[in-house]
Amino acid sequence: MIVAERKPIEEIVNMIRDFNKVLILGCGTCVAVCMAGGEKEVQVLAAQLRMIFSKEGKDIELIEDTIQRQCDKEYIEPIADKIRSVDAVLSMACGVGVQFTAEVVPEKIVFPALNTKFYGATIEEGVWSERCAGCGNCILDKTGGICPIARCSKRLLNGPCGGSNNGKCEISPEIDCAWQLIYDRLKALGQLEKLEEIIPAKNWQTSLSGGPRKVVREDLRK
Amino acid sequence: MKTNSRLEKILEKGEFAVTSECGPPRGADPDVIRKKGELLKGVVDAVNVTDNQTSVVRMSSWASCLILKDMGFDPIVQMVCRDRNRIAIQSDILGAAALGINNILCLSGDHQKFGDHPSAKNVFDMDSIQLIWTVKRMRDEGLFISGEEIKGRPNLFIGAAANPFADPFDIRALRLAKKVAAGVEFIQTQCIYNLERFEKWMEMVKDMGLHEKVHILAGVTPFKSIGMAKYMKNFVPGMDVPDALIDRLKGVPKEKRANEGIKIAIETIQRLKEIKGIHGVHIMAIEWEEKVPEIVEAAGLLPRPEV
Repeated sequence: MIVAERKPIEEIVNMIRDFNKVLILGCGTCVAVCMAGGEKEVQVLAAQLRMIFSKEGKDIELIEDTIQRQCDKEYIEPIADKIRSVDAVLSMACGVGVQFTAEVVPEKIVFPALNTKFYGATIEEGVWSERCAGCGNCILDKTGGICPIARCSKRLLNGPCGGSNNGKCEISPEIDCAWQLIYDRLKALGQLEKLEEIIPAKNWQTSLSGGPRKVVREDLRK
Repeated sequence: MKTNSRLEKILEKGEFAVTSECGPPRGADPDVIRKKGELLKGVVDAVNVTDNQTSVVRMSSWASCLILKDMGFDPIVQMVCRDRNRIAIQSDILGAAALGINNILCLSGDHQKFGDHPSAKNVFDMDSIQLIWTVKRMRDEGLFISGEEIKGRPNLFIGAAANPFADPFDIRALRLAKKVAAGVEFIQTQCIYNLERFEKWMEMVKDMGLHEKVHILAGVTPFKSIGMAKYMKNFVPGMDVPDALIDRLKGVPKEKRANEGIKIAIETIQRLKEIKGIHGVHIMAIEWEEKVPEIVEAAGLLPRPEV
């Protein structure tokens, strides 16, 4: 899923303080699962903002709603009138949802309430961790199913650097060394010979380095 | 002989090589380099010039190399993948060779987190092994990474680093094998304090026959103080400092500890000289260059051979 985290409240307050009527719009998919921007988080944020604005003596009307996905027209269009009825939208979706809501209803300004972090998984309750960098050219078949692009701090493709220490990355004891994980996994799979292959410099054209990306499936176009 | 490198000539002759290192200043004063150079004159075969080491901004490696070259040194330009993409890397390789620099050390580079600009965007377009491959292909095949032809090949003696003390240990000799397969010709190791582990690594290296394919220069850094030893042990990534060495420093009076650090370095070199497959030492006396002549002399490595 796309993992996100709510912005500090002061930053959010400053974005919307000059508007009279604001829609706080949650997203019911990724950011709901990672508990950053779903229905519950919309309620919490709205309550917090109401308290702050009432203390400041500011009269800002806050409307709450959550749709299934802000990256899908199908879900945004039914609430288009509601969006048009407010002065601004505070989107609790990832960066995709923030932009796409404004694309579907361009008359309104949409602010981000979250910082979009990464593509990751829930490791345990309250802990999410990055797994994929969306480089556009998957090499997991070569690296024991563990991604060195997303999980090695230097995105090394040919083994661990000199800073791998007791299974941890040189930049933090909180971060696992991806190449230690790859080594352990390949060893367990009986595929250590894969480490001998020199992987050439990666073609980054499929990543963001190649410019903004688009997937077109002619077979699905109408 | 592939290049005009003095270091290559020394190693090909079978002489025990001595290299040292010069960290460029955090400013534009060339005299800082010249002063460090004066301290190393006549006692080393080549001098590494670090490339924004520990991710702290310093005078560029190739520019500092040029200052040392004017003083008669055979500098080794260090190049990290952290700050340059493949376009800049290949451009700098051509530039360094054009300026008469004969040696390059290919490194991935410390993460910028450790430096003075932790908010920088890193590059890591390539890794050290791909960099070795790139220099070799540029030199021997006259081709850029893209496959296009180079007019005027960069004639560089190709080096890289190896850290026998990082984990996973079992992969360390294999990683050297990959560097050899990519085309590395000399290796400078991480500072060696744990000789037992180093010897174990060298056994693995020899079992793979790598010692006959690449010149290995063993890294040595003298301790200035207990504080430095502890810092290296606890805060420098990939460093293995046994407690016994710290205890040894503790065992002498404070004013004699620097001297004890030098003694440890000299003893280490003497032991390293006896290990088959070790073709030289790389003395990294960090901001303590004035001690290099004393160490080299006491280790019985003077005078340096003429080539």
